[in-house]
Order: sequence, then structure tokens, then C-alpha cells
Amino acid sequence: MSSVESSIPEAVAKSAAEARDRLNEHTLKIVHWHFSEETGSPFWLGKKSEFNFDPLKDIKSFDDLRKFPLFEDEWLRGGPINRWVPKGHAGKPVYVFETGGTTGIPKSRMVIEDHWKDYELFSDTLPDEYFPRGSNWLMLGPSGPRRLRLAVEHLAQHRGGICFCIDLDPRWVVKLIKKGWMEHLEEYKKHCIDQAITVLTAGHDVKCMFATPKLLESLGEALEDRGTSLQEIGIKGIFSGGTEFTPQWTRFCVEELLGGPVEEGGVFMTPTYGNTLMGLACSKPISADDGYKISYYAPQPRAVTEVVSFDDYNQVVGYGETGRVKLYTLTDEFFVPGFMERDEGEREAPFATYPWDGVSGVRPFHELASATTVGVY
Amino acid sequence: MITLQPLRWGKPYESIELKDVVHFDTGEPIAKFGTVGGGIVGRDMKKADKAREALLKYSCAELIEMSKKAADLFENAELPVGDSMQSVDQFVHQQSASTGLPEHMCRSNLKKNSFVLSNMDEILDCLTRGLDLSILSKGYGEEGRGVIVSYQAQTPILGAVLPNNSPGVHTLWLPAIPLQIGLALKPGSQEPWTPYRMVSAFIEAGVPAEAFGLYPGGHDAGGAIMAKTSRSMIFGSAQTVAQHAGNPKVQAHGPGWSKILIGDDVVDDWEMYLDMMVESVLSNSGRSCINCSGIWASRHTREIAQAIAERIGPVDVLPPTDENAQLAAFTVPAMATGTYAMVQQDLAESGVTDMTADYGEKLIEREHCAYLRPMVLHADSPDRGVAMKEYMFPFVSVVECPQAEMLRRIGPTLVGTVLTRDQNFSRAAAACVEIDRVNFGPIPTNRLNWLQPHEGNIIDFLFRSRAYQVADMPVAATTA
Repeated sequence: MSSVESSIPEAVAKSAAEARDRLNEHTLKIVHWHFSEETGSPFWLGKKSEFNFDPLKDIKSFDDLRKFPLFEDEWLRGGPINRWVPKGHAGKPVYVFETGGTTGIPKSRMVIEDHWKDYELFSDTLPDEYFPRGSNWLMLGPSGPRRLRLAVEHLAQHRGGICFCIDLDPRWVVKLIKKGWMEHLEEYKKHCIDQAITVLTAGHDVKCMFATPKLLESLGEALEDRGTSLQEIGIKGIFSGGTEFTPQWTRFCVEELLGGPVEEGGVFMTPTYGNTLMGLACSKPISADDGYKISYYAPQPRAVTEVVSFDDYNQVVGYGETGRVKLYTLTDEFFVPGFMERDEGEREAPFATYPWDGVSGVRPFHELASATTVGVY
Repeated sequence: MITLQPLRWGKPYESIELKDVVHFDTGEPIAKFGTVGGGIVGRDMKKADKAREALLKYSCAELIEMSKKAADLFENAELPVGDSMQSVDQFVHQQSASTGLPEHMCRSNLKKNSFVLSNMDEILDCLTRGLDLSILSKGYGEEGRGVIVSYQAQTPILGAVLPNNSPGVHTLWLPAIPLQIGLALKPGSQEPWTPYRMVSAFIEAGVPAEAFGLYPGGHDAGGAIMAKTSRSMIFGSAQTVAQHAGNPKVQAHGPGWSKILIGDDVVDDWEMYLDMMVESVLSNSGRSCINCSGIWASRHTREIAQAIAERIGPVDVLPPTDENAQLAAFTVPAMATGTYAMVQQDLAESGVTDMTADYGEKLIEREHCAYLRPMVLHADSPDRGVAMKEYMFPFVSVVECPQAEMLRRIGPTLVGTVLTRDQNFSRAAAACVEIDRVNFGPIPTNRLNWLQPHEGNIIDFLFRSRAYQVADMPVAATTA
């Protein structure tokens, strides 16, 4: 047992064991759903024949998911999208959300209600004081076929508010960067921020918002140029994500953009980590005392994150050790039995709010970092 | 281990995002530097006026004196750099360790920067054509012919996105301080040493610290400097230069494609110029934009190429501490392999010959770095692709081209050394707009006269000459 493991309080260890039991049970249920002829999707039922094991008999716990080959997101490129719809959900309205697609065919994920459920769970983590129920929202992030856009709108509605959105095409942003059209990039950013300021100054009583770090930074700057600020304009709560999030940026955001920690500046900001495959991982509360460290915890058991060895993707690293982030999605809509994210980070211990493993210091996986365009909007 | 932290208008900022500076050969960390993102840079740029205000408290003459003192400190003193005191030897050792440049080349660049700083009065006198510098401070003044002249500062600060591998280029931003223009610098991740030491020397010499911003960081920080300053300079590839072409706010420095052009009247005596040609190609490990990448002549080109190859072909990798080391390492090995692959493509073209083929392997790969040994290629025509190439190691193509076509075919040429006594060819070369700095006579392309402008006059970049008319105000009627 490592020193970190031995330092986990007994109550947390007990909760963690219970959470693990629930995860094992949930895993069994989800595997049966996706691999039963009556309920499974054409994709997974087809894949089943390629396995040298029977998911219905041989998967007895979460750890058994390692028997599956790693999920390849390339499988999501191209159609027919319907092959991903579980038969058990036949006839229900289906959304499709895309990632990539600046050039070529994007990766598509079908969703029925997962994005609603994920954000309803996320809603429970938001403090009402700073995300007042009934207040309106601004979605300052990508539009188009993006999960985030509809999910944030649902979050606002779930909390009794109305969500205002802007037009932002991230694929055009990537093209501008690749072409080196930096002046156009700057103008496009201004165009997005102008839309946001128009909403915020139009008397809609917007108190909460989602923003990517870069857009939040630009919005704060633009408001200052107009002699006002996020606080003055009425914003109380922000959840941010969508692109890379570092402790240094968080510190800058809290100390310089938001006028200090929430007790002083009056604006609450929480980082999130997620993607179209997994959904949304929440952050442990951030503070200066903790060096603005950002630790994410997946919404277990619907999704799980592990930090695994760079050399063996089935081997979880020790607490505090560095590895690559591995994601699992275990909902009745979508099944991902282990996907190697393009990120790395450190494994974090369970704590009372999230009695399961987390991941901190998330950054682009070092072997892929140079080829990745991060933080494009 | 030394830690370098950002400087925000003179105030140190403790970033919590620290990156390693690693030794080029061992991969071991030798320093850490704290980084900032574009948000912090953007916020600081809003206060850029304060940097100029702080400098305007001193006259240009006073700042020139401080610059001279800074030159001495930079070259000779132990200075506070980051969280440590840094001696000259430590500076040289650290710079060599992270950039892969041999130590004697680091010392040479140190002296070059110091020389420019210590001769700032003469340099500014030449660049302004003798203008009373108080006119720049005040914005207008009487130049002596009974006419008011006005030079309006176009920016309170000069931004600069600095390179990783060329410690010599820092001379270009040094004149800003005595011109009372502040500096917002993004140091290169492998060469933070010169900007940090230079800023320390300036501050120790009495220049107000509020005039300096040092913003180590990624593309985000560099992008913010470029976007938020009215005048900036950037060092990069041909693509970087093309990206900023025509933008009056940006001075982009990239490949030089510097050349030596030999006239028909002297080409038969080419051996007289061999030392000059070798120095132009080999100095500073061929890394500079002022290194010669092309030698053009109408005849004897094979013999010229052969003679240069005999001189630089045997040059081999030596330890960076060796006084005879001529080659700098590629700290990113993939750059060396990629460059070598491009040279192989050049060689695949008919009419292109590797004159250094007999001198052994060119690509020397190590665990954490790589080297490219000197190469001399002969091209039988300016139509060959290699005639327009420049690489970051001692590399030159010797191109056979009729004199009558030469000036029409050379393409962009940062430094053009023209060897001729032919008045017509001289006049044509002087008029050729492809050549920026022109040398007539056997002047190696790497030897710059600092009293002359380089890639545009920094005075014209930072100040705008404009009309400034003044008439006495009539006396107002007395009111009861």
C-alpha cells in the first residue's frame, strides 16, 4: 500500500469500496444491455463475434472490461450512424454530436438523453448561491453539431433558466490557425465576444455562463475595455472547459480576471473536463492554498477515468504518479470499454465528495502534444 | 538549479507553471522557467504607456550612458539573473548547454551584443542621420534649417518574439531602450539567457525596471505580444515572414538567403576570395540569416565549390567547450533529419552535385540531439531548386549563372557581397531591390557594420516622420 493509499481516511475508503461495488454492478448491467440481441447496438453485436470471449458470460466486474480491445475513435468516423443506436432504444429521437471535421469526415457520436443526464448530475454539484436557480445563462462556446452547446442549454433549462448562445464555428477557427491567418483569427474572436457582450448588455438577467478559458479571458478583457467587468455585468457563476485548463491559467483567471477568490471577487468559477465520448468530469474545488491544482472526477458509474501506465494501458499507476488518461463510458446509450484519451496527468485519490479515482494536471499526452492543436477557441 | 520567472513591467511574477530548459546533449534539466499565457500578456500590454513614461524621465543621452554601462555589465559582471547570481562563464556555459552552440560562439555573440550596446550613441547618430535625439523624446523640434521636424513615436513599447537558437539577433531590439521605448520580450524557450541577462544589465545600469516585460510562454504568449503591441518583431521561418508581409506593425526576420556574387571581371581570380567565402558560410555554424547560402558566378563554379568543400568538408563535431568547435547541435534531432532529407531531395535533381561527398557522413545522430556537417553543393544552373535554399547549418550552393542574368535570378538576399570592378555591374547591383544590405568588395556576409540599418531602419519602424506646424496663438480680447 502506498503512503497516499494509507492516508485515505477510513470513511472515504469505505465509501470508495461501496462505489466500486456499485461500479461493478453497473458494469454488468451495461455490458448485458449492449451485448444482448434484444437491446444491443448493431455495432457492438457485430463486434462481439470478433472477441475471443463472451461479454455476457465473461465480464463479471469493471476490471474485466480489460478483456475488450481498446476503443478506437476512428470507428466513429463515417456511417451509418444508426449502427450505434441500441435496439433497446429503437424509435427514440436521436441526436448526433461531432468532434473534429475541420477536414474530412468528423467523428460522430449518437446521443439520446445522455447529455441531459450528465448535465443534470453536474447541476447537483453547482452551488445555488453562485448559480442561482431561475437565472439565465450564456453559452460562450462552440455552436453547431456539438454536444456542449445543447448540454449547456439543457443545464440552464434544468435549473429553471434560459440559455443564450453565440455562433462559433470551431472548424473555421482551426482552419484560420492552420492557414496562419492570425488577424482573421483575432477578428473572429472579437466577433464571438461582440455577440456575447450584446447578450450580456441586453437586459436578459444573465447570471451564469459556460465559457472556454480563452473566450472567458477575451470576454473579461473586452468588458474591461468597455469600463466594466464580469462582476459588474451580473455574472455570478462560470463553469469553464472545452479546452486545456492549467493551474497557472486558473490562478490568472481568479486573481486577475475575476478580482480574487469568490469571497472577494464574488464570481465562482469551476473547471470541467470532458468530451463527446465521456461527458463531463467535475473538478475538486480549486484554491490558492492548493496551488490552484485542478483534479477532475468522472461522473462514476456512468463514466470512469483511470490514469494508466504509458507502457501498459491496462496498468493503473500509483496515486500521484503520471500516466495517460483512459476513459470508459458506461451508459445504456453508449459503451466505451476503455479509450485512450489524448491527455496525460497524475492519478488522484478518492475524497468524500467523489469516492473514486480522479486525475489532475491534465495536459496533452507528451507523445502526441506537438501534433495537437489545443485551445483553439 | 536556476529558475527564471516572468517580469511584469519590472515586477517579478511567480508563475506556477514551470518548464525545464534541458541540456542539448544529455537531456538533463539545467534550468527552469515560469511561463505565462496570453491573458497576462494582454493585461500588461494595456499598461504599456507606463513603460515609456518611466523611460521618458531620462533623456536619450542619459539612457545611452546607461546602455554603455549595461554593455560593460553584460559582458563582464556577475549579474542577478532569475533567482541566482550569474557570472559570464556561467552565462556562456548555460547558453551553450541549451542551444547547442559551441561556447566560443556564445562568447562571440556576447561580445557582439555588448559591442552594439556600448556603441549606441554612434549607432543612433547614424540611424537618425544626426538628429538631435531630444526631438524623438519631445516629438518635434528645430533641426537647424529653420524648419520644424517631427518624429512621432508609434508605440510606447517594442514587442519581440525571440528565437531559440540565435543569440546574435538580440542586437536588433537593443536600441529601443535609449530611444525611450519599453520592451515586452518573449524569450525563446532554449535561449532565455540573453534577454534575461541583458534586462538585468540594463536595470543594474539604472534603466527603470518598469520599462521591461519578460514573458516566457508558448505560442499564446507570443501571439498576445504580436496582437497587443503596435510595433513588434518576430524571428521565424520563411512562412512566418510571409505571414506578416505588408503588416506595418510587424518586423519579421527570417531566412536571409545571403549571397556572394562574383562578377565576370574578377571571377578568374576567385582564389583570392576563398577565405572570405569560407568565413561567410561557416561562421556561427551557418545558423545566421547573414551566413552565405549561395555563391553565384558565371564560370569556375565547380572549382570554387571544390575549394570551399576542401576547407569546410572535413569539419567535424567537437565538444562545445572546444575552442575549435565549428558546429552547433540541432537541439531537436528531427530538425536535423528533416533538413538532411530536404538536402537529399535537392541532390536528386539533375545538375546538382555534392562536392562534400568525400568527407564522410553528414548526419550525426545522438540520443538527444543531432548535427549536420558542412555541405557544399554545386548547381549547374540557377534553375536548380537548391539555388534558392538556406539551411541552419554550414551549407552553400555554388551556382553557375551568367552575370547578365544574376541580379534577375538571385531572389531575396539579405546580405549581398558583390565582387566586381565593373561599374555597370556595380550600379545594377546597387539598384537591385532584391538585395537588402549590399557589400561591394571582399566583405564576408556575416560582418555587419552596425552603423548601418539592418532589415529596415528601427527608427523608421518605431517613429513616424510627419508635419508639425506651429503658429502663435492670438492674444484673447480682454473681458471686463
